[in-house]
Order: sequence, then structure tokens, then C-alpha cells
Amino acid sequence: MAPKGTYQQPDEQGYYGQFGGAYIPEMLYRNVEELRTKYLGIIYEDSFQKEFHQLLRDYVGRPTPLYFAERLSRQFRTNIYLKREDLCHTGAHKINNTIGQILLAERLGKKRIIAETGAGQHGVATATVCALKGVECLVYMGEKDIERQAPNVARMKMLGATVISAISGSKTLKDATNEAIRDWINHPDDTHYIIGSVVGPHPYPDLVARFQSVISEEIRKQLKEKTGKELPTHVMACVGGGSNAAGAFYHFLEEPAVQLIAVEAAGLGLHSGLSAATTQLGKPGILHGSKSLLMQTADGQVLEPHSISAGLDYPGIGPMHAHLFKSGRATFLSATDDEALVAALELAKLEGIIPALETAHALSALKYLNPGSSPGEGAKELFFKKEDVLVICLSGRGDKDLDTYMKHL
Amino acid sequence: MSRLTDTFQQPAKKVLNIYCTAGYPKLDSTLEVMKALQEHGADIIELGIPYSDPLADGPVIQHSSSMALNNGMTIARLFEQLKDFRKDISIPVILMGYLNPVLQYGFERFCADAAIAGIDGLIIPDLPVYEFETVYCSIIKKYKLDFIFLVTPETPEKRIKKLDSLSSGFLYAVSSSSTTGSDPKARKAGNYLQKLRDLPLKNPVLVGFGINNKQSFDTVCQQAGGAIIGSAYIKALENSTDVNAATKSFLSSIRS
Repeated sequence: MAPKGTYQQPDEQGYYGQFGGAYIPEMLYRNVEELRTKYLGIIYEDSFQKEFHQLLRDYVGRPTPLYFAERLSRQFRTNIYLKREDLCHTGAHKINNTIGQILLAERLGKKRIIAETGAGQHGVATATVCALKGVECLVYMGEKDIERQAPNVARMKMLGATVISAISGSKTLKDATNEAIRDWINHPDDTHYIIGSVVGPHPYPDLVARFQSVISEEIRKQLKEKTGKELPTHVMACVGGGSNAAGAFYHFLEEPAVQLIAVEAAGLGLHSGLSAATTQLGKPGILHGSKSLLMQTADGQVLEPHSISAGLDYPGIGPMHAHLFKSGRATFLSATDDEALVAALELAKLEGIIPALETAHALSALKYLNPGSSPGEGAKELFFKKEDVLVICLSGRGDKDLDTYMKHL
Repeated sequence: MSRLTDTFQQPAKKVLNIYCTAGYPKLDSTLEVMKALQEHGADIIELGIPYSDPLADGPVIQHSSSMALNNGMTIARLFEQLKDFRKDISIPVILMGYLNPVLQYGFERFCADAAIAGIDGLIIPDLPVYEFETVYCSIIKKYKLDFIFLVTPETPEKRIKKLDSLSSGFLYAVSSSSTTGSDPKARKAGNYLQKLRDLPLKNPVLVGFGINNKQSFDTVCQQAGGAIIGSAYIKALENSTDVNAATKSFLSSIRS
């Protein structure tokens, strides 16, 4: 028997509890196996670590600030710190992973990079590191997302990437991922696939979680410096596939004193039929190479999700999060499109920060946790106390969403 | 001896396996297509179960899958359609489907219903070896179904042997690393098929992906027991209103 995985790390076959694995057709085997056997060796080499951390510092702008949000804290009668991933180069946490993966691709001798993108943040982050390294870059993006995230499409093009419209299925992130995987099948020799979230076949969820774990590594250090406390009481993040949540949770996963709160997109409402809240609506299933929770019909056809936020508009969730949900280690809440819009406006007015629509979902769950408000589903025992220390991962900035904000506000 | 093994008893005769999508072009076309395939000379039928996210398939089969799903095809409907198919069809029939719909149907229930209907074998391209060996193999064996793994030009020799040893019926050689319906990179395919021919494999080899006419069929058959044609046949069905006539003209173009 392979040793059981922890919350942080999957077992040898890539399982977090019952979720994970590598459910891939044989055509992908060689590339995925190459990654699986080499990734840990490569990313912990001294030269890799040195270049990775140097780029995170000098190019991405890390460490990102841990900011005490005074007015927001007063509003919710607790202590709220924002981990400012929106201040990363390119405007979101996504670049932590793409820096790591481009260095990995370089060491694997790959000359051509492909990626999928939903909101375009991962696409921009991939196009950016490809420009940095002078490597060919193709980004698959759902036709519907190309329309609603036009500024990011323009950025990718300016950075020299080719943006390919995914026109199959729901024309969003799921389908962009399908197309990227098909591209990889058709280019087995020279191509590395930079997956943008903690999804996909093993070792991707673990690989991406490790690169994103810099977020919680910094939170721990910064919180200690600012407050003298070893641990926050709560860490909150939004979850689509779950990369910023994986990064924000990572170094707290084995600290049971820290409450982990993940917020999914409820779209027009959990039971409206137009939602993307996978843990609430999904069943175990297989998508994009791993077993996880999946929104699907009774016949096992993958459902088309809905969220106002392209980055959360995904019918699956990373296997690590499925395990955190099933085991009860993390609490999963959801926020509707409208709640996210309200929360974005509130943060803009209270703190002068315009968050990405994805991030706004995490912020909107605050109101459920505020004593005196009506609790959301699953939130009953999570009311904050005045002395609590809450860290929210402010995963991205909202420039890309201005069109949507203007339409609704 | 299984129906599949029987099919490979005359090495001189190259086996032609035709893929079709269940519920395509119409929901109730499944049996009509299968009968036409048998009548006009197919040796094996690979019946595809439509899926919303067929990762290993190119645009043609993706399209036939989504049409079939729009037509209302499900695994339960398929087994209803296949209830008495053995009255008319004597050639081997294998089901090809992605794992997720099969898991939702219930893996054992799926195998049991397939066996009762008279299905000979399964291809589930995203079922990994580890899970096959630890969970699913014993269920498949219990219902006496053949299971066919895929190998590609990128599959190392040791793994080819392993996948061959786990397979029964035949071994599915993907002609080049691609999704279905792509043009095979011919030169590389030649070396690889020769390598497969020279390995001591227990199963006959059928070559698939990118085989689309008589020439490509004959070429790969020089080094293999036969070939599988999918996208090209689906295209032939797409361009015709008469399943029988389209099948007849397509198969005679391959076998002429």
C-alpha cells in the first residue's frame, strides 16, 4: 500500500483521500510520467530555487504586502488582513505558478508552451513568462470568455501569445482546458502544458499547490511580524479550480486551529440551475485527468456551470479541495453573482481597492460570518469574534472586470 | 474462445474495425448503423458512448458525440437499444467510452449489462493502469469481457508489454500521438508499427487514429493485424441521409 497522503501532499498515485490520480489517455502518459518522475527533483534543485525566488522578488514583486484593512475590519467587527496578491506583476497570484512552471519547462527542454485560461489572468501570466524567456506561447480560451475578458485578451496578444478560441461545449474554462489537453496530445515532443490551477492529472495539483504555497509561507511570516501571533484564526479564499486557495491554505493545512474557508461561485443562486458551486452541487467524477467532485448530470455528462466570474466558471474543483471538503477540514461557502458585485463595491469604497470578480466572492462571504447577519449555508458555527484574526487572499485586481462592474453598479 | 479472438484466426485477412457513435446520426440509428457495418464487410464494430468531454477525440467525433447527446443518448438507452442485437449481429462489438459516464452508471452494473447484451469487450481510454489493476480488472473478468488498452509511438517497450499483458482481444496501437481524425505522421508510424510487429505480444495489433482511406488502411495493415477507422466513417455518415448506402459506399472504398 502506498502511504496515505496528507492534506498538503497527495500519496504516490496522486490521491488526496479518495480524490486525485491521473486519469489520462495513453497519449498523455509519457509527458505526465516525465513530469511525475522529475518534478520534485527539479524544483528543489538549488539553482531552480535560486532563480525562482529571485524572479518572485525582482520580477513579480514578492513578498506581496499583508495589509491590515482597518475600515473593513471595523465594518465586520473583527481583524481582517488582506494578502495582496493583486499587487503581483500581471495583477493576480497566477504568476507564482507560471514562473515556476516556465523554469520547469526550460529544464525539461520544452520549447513550446500551451495554457488554458478562464478570466485571462492565467493566460496573461503564462504569456508574460513566455515573453520573459522568449518561448512560443499558445493560450486556449473559451469563446465566451474572450468576449467578457477583452482587456486580458489584448494583453496576451501584446505579450506575443497566440490566443485560440475554444468553441466546443460551453465555450468557457472547461472547454479551453479540453482544447489545451488535445493540443498536448498532438504535440508530445516539444510542448509543456502550464495548467493554471490545482487541477489536472497528478502531479499537476501538487506542483501548482507547491508553487502557490509561497502565499501562505509569506502570510505566516508577515503575521508574526505584524501581530506577534503564530497563526490567524481564519484564512479565506475563493475557489474555482482552487489555486489561490491552495496557496493561501497550504502552510495552515496541518494546523487544525486555523479555520479554512473556501468560497465558491453560486452564480444566480445555488439551486437556480446556473451555478458553479461544485462542492454543493457536484458528485465524485472524473474531469481533466483527475477524480474529484464534479457538476454533472445523472448520466455523467459534465454540466455547464455559470458564474459572473470567468475564473470561477468551472464545473470541477481541485482534488485537494474535494478532500478538504469531504473531510471537513475546510468550510465551503458560496456567493452569488450579485453578492460578489456588492462586495467588490464595498471593498472599493472602504479600502480603495478594486478586487477581481473572483476575489469578490471571497469577500462577500464575510457578511455571513458577521454576528447579527443571517448565516449562509454551512456557516452557523463560524461567526467571528472581535479578537479573531482573519486573512483573506486578495487573489487579483479588478481592472479586467471594469466592464462588468460598470454594467451592474 | 472469444468472438474477438476468433476474428483474428486468419492472419492473411486484415481486420477492419469501424467506430461509430451510439445515437448518431439519430437516436435510433445505432442498430441500423451496426447492421449496415456487418452487411458491408466490417469485421468488428467499436461502438462509442457519447461524452460531453471526449479528451482523446478530434472535432469529427466530438461533433458526433454532442449530436448523439442532443439526440438523448445515454448508457441506459444504449443498453435498451442493444437488448436483442445479437439476433442480427454476429461480429464482435466493443464499447468505447470515457470513464466518468461509466462510473455514474455503476461500473459493475455497466459490465453486467454489457455482458447480458452480448458485448465482447471494452475500451476506456482514460482508465489508468493502476486503477485498472487495483479495482476494475476483477469486475471486467467476472463478466468475461475483453479489455483493450491503447499504446502510442511514445509508449516505452516495457510498458507496451505490460499493456499487452493486461489486454485481451487485441491491442490498440494509436498510429501517431494525436487525437482521433488527425493526419498520422507516416514515417514515425512505420518504425513504430515495425517495432510492435517484432515484439513478442500476446494480442494481435489493430492500428487506429488517422486511418481514413484504402491507402492508409493498406499501409498500416502491412505491419499489423488490421486497422480501426472512426472519423472518416462518421464524416461519410454526416454527408448522407441514407445510412445503408453511405456505409456500403464507404466500406467498399476501403475494401476494394
